[in-house]
Amino acid sequence: MKISDLSTDVAALLESHGVPEREVYLDSENSGLVFPEALQAMVQAYASGGQGHPSITHRKGWEAYETLLSATRTIAGALRCQPEDLVFTHSGTEANNLAITGLARAHTTRKKLIISDIEHLSVTFPAEQLQKEGYRVVTIPVDREGFVDHEFLAGQIDTDTLLVSVAPVNHEIGTVQDIRAMTELVKDRDAGVAVHLDSCDAFCKTELDLEKTGADLASISSHKIYGPKGAGALFVRDGTSLDPIIRGQLSTQKLWAGVENVPAIAGFAKAVELMQNNRDQYLAGMTQLRDNLISGITDTISDTLLNGPGGERRAPDNVNISFLNCEGEALTVEMSLKGVYVSSGSACTSRVLQPSHVLLAIRRRYEEAHGSILMKTTPFHTESDIEYVLTSFPDAVQRIRSLSPLKPGGGKHV
Amino acid sequence: MSSRIPLAYNPKVLELFRNPKNLGKMEDADAEALAGSIACGDMIAFYLKIDEKTLTISAATFESYGCAANIAASSVLTELIKGKSLEEAWQISWKQISEALGGLPAVKFHCGILAVGALRRAIRTYFTGKERPDWLPEQLTPDEKHAVEEEKLIEILTKRAERIEGQEERKDTP
Repeated sequence: MKISDLSTDVAALLESHGVPEREVYLDSENSGLVFPEALQAMVQAYASGGQGHPSITHRKGWEAYETLLSATRTIAGALRCQPEDLVFTHSGTEANNLAITGLARAHTTRKKLIISDIEHLSVTFPAEQLQKEGYRVVTIPVDREGFVDHEFLAGQIDTDTLLVSVAPVNHEIGTVQDIRAMTELVKDRDAGVAVHLDSCDAFCKTELDLEKTGADLASISSHKIYGPKGAGALFVRDGTSLDPIIRGQLSTQKLWAGVENVPAIAGFAKAVELMQNNRDQYLAGMTQLRDNLISGITDTISDTLLNGPGGERRAPDNVNISFLNCEGEALTVEMSLKGVYVSSGSACTSRVLQPSHVLLAIRRRYEEAHGSILMKTTPFHTESDIEYVLTSFPDAVQRIRSLSPLKPGGGKHV
Repeated sequence: MSSRIPLAYNPKVLELFRNPKNLGKMEDADAEALAGSIACGDMIAFYLKIDEKTLTISAATFESYGCAANIAASSVLTELIKGKSLEEAWQISWKQISEALGGLPAVKFHCGILAVGALRRAIRTYFTGKERPDWLPEQLTPDEKHAVEEEKLIEILTKRAERIEGQEERKDTP
């Protein structure tokens, strides 16, 4: 990793910040909470069963292979796919890159890629890179809630189309797409078009049955379902050819070079198992807390807007609210001082002047996007956590708004 | 999945974010200016109280719509210019702001530049209709241009957004 601010004394920053009396972590979008059982599974795999390289012919290698196989079966079972169709990567970002670039490298005739306007950057950027190499990239517009325009998509499918990539659940605004209808629509027009689903936010949180959907490629990520960081996977339907995009493996069958992170994959599988076994309880709880957060904020704080749809068409964990005249990054820091950890779609957090492309795609104005806060509920949160968050927000928003030269209802001061 | 880079502030930034110095609108300011735009995600207002005879800044306040670095940069600049002559205040660069904050991360340099742009605009405003001193350049300096460019950029983007919206509404109308 290239570290940008080596001169910064992070320890002093943390000391100055202090540890708040109460902490609620709502930033699962950017990673975070891990099931203790998943951590335990990792520790166990590091201690035994996951030490060796699963491709090596000695006992430790076979032990690692056994651990890997058992984890693969668990994950494949949850996806309703064959275990041999899973390729392990070290993140969802890597899985998305492999899906898009790997597919393009393995095919030479079709030169058109279709993605939606609100995809994660690990889909958007590989597509843009291919565009520089001569591919044509078409982006499907979305409506004000983030639903892709099926009619537009249908009109774009032609014999030059290589791939359609749409996330079943949007990572920022939680829009749950009708993926079965979309896949059918694509396959009906041309069965030769590959469909990729960036399923990192859908896996274990919404219905994602790869047997039924008919998609060819699907990315998943461990830390999005409260497993450890450092594990992701790509489902590659039998018959779909990909070329590896990083090199260093002997086997021609292996699509991702480097040793599998067996302990992390064991933790990933444990997280999948927990999400499967407690599905109804977890999802109902997360949805309830999500709705408590949304109504608690929008009912009590003026000039707020919910980004994305409501109810069942929204992911069970996603809360994304714009606070007008309240810069998002400043609000994340103010909330952090109160022990509530959230993220923002403001330009100041993304380090470029453009705010979240997802919020702009659903026609949010720049100032609305700059004041957006993203939070995700998890099975770990309690009603009392959310109550604490709701009592912390009004003062924080009020303080950040008080710093601004623009005041509600009025124009500029100067 | 995350597409971000590590960004840790110097503790001084956090301290000034928590307890900004010289915050708020000055009702009887002798010069004031606004730079940046809410649509760009950062905007700073500067207010100066100026001694007419000595041309020194007796008080300075700010307001900011922006990130923690933006707030800290504006606040530290009001401290740096207090008691200084307008000429001395004009000479302050964003690098001095960065230094005073213990070093701004590279991606936050623009916060310092915008603060300087807002201050220089306020100083220029003070001399509007008055005789321009020799040290005050006729042409806009790069820091002032930065603010202008940001404001222009957002005008273009807003117009584009309005155009798209217009097309969409026409499409929605049967």
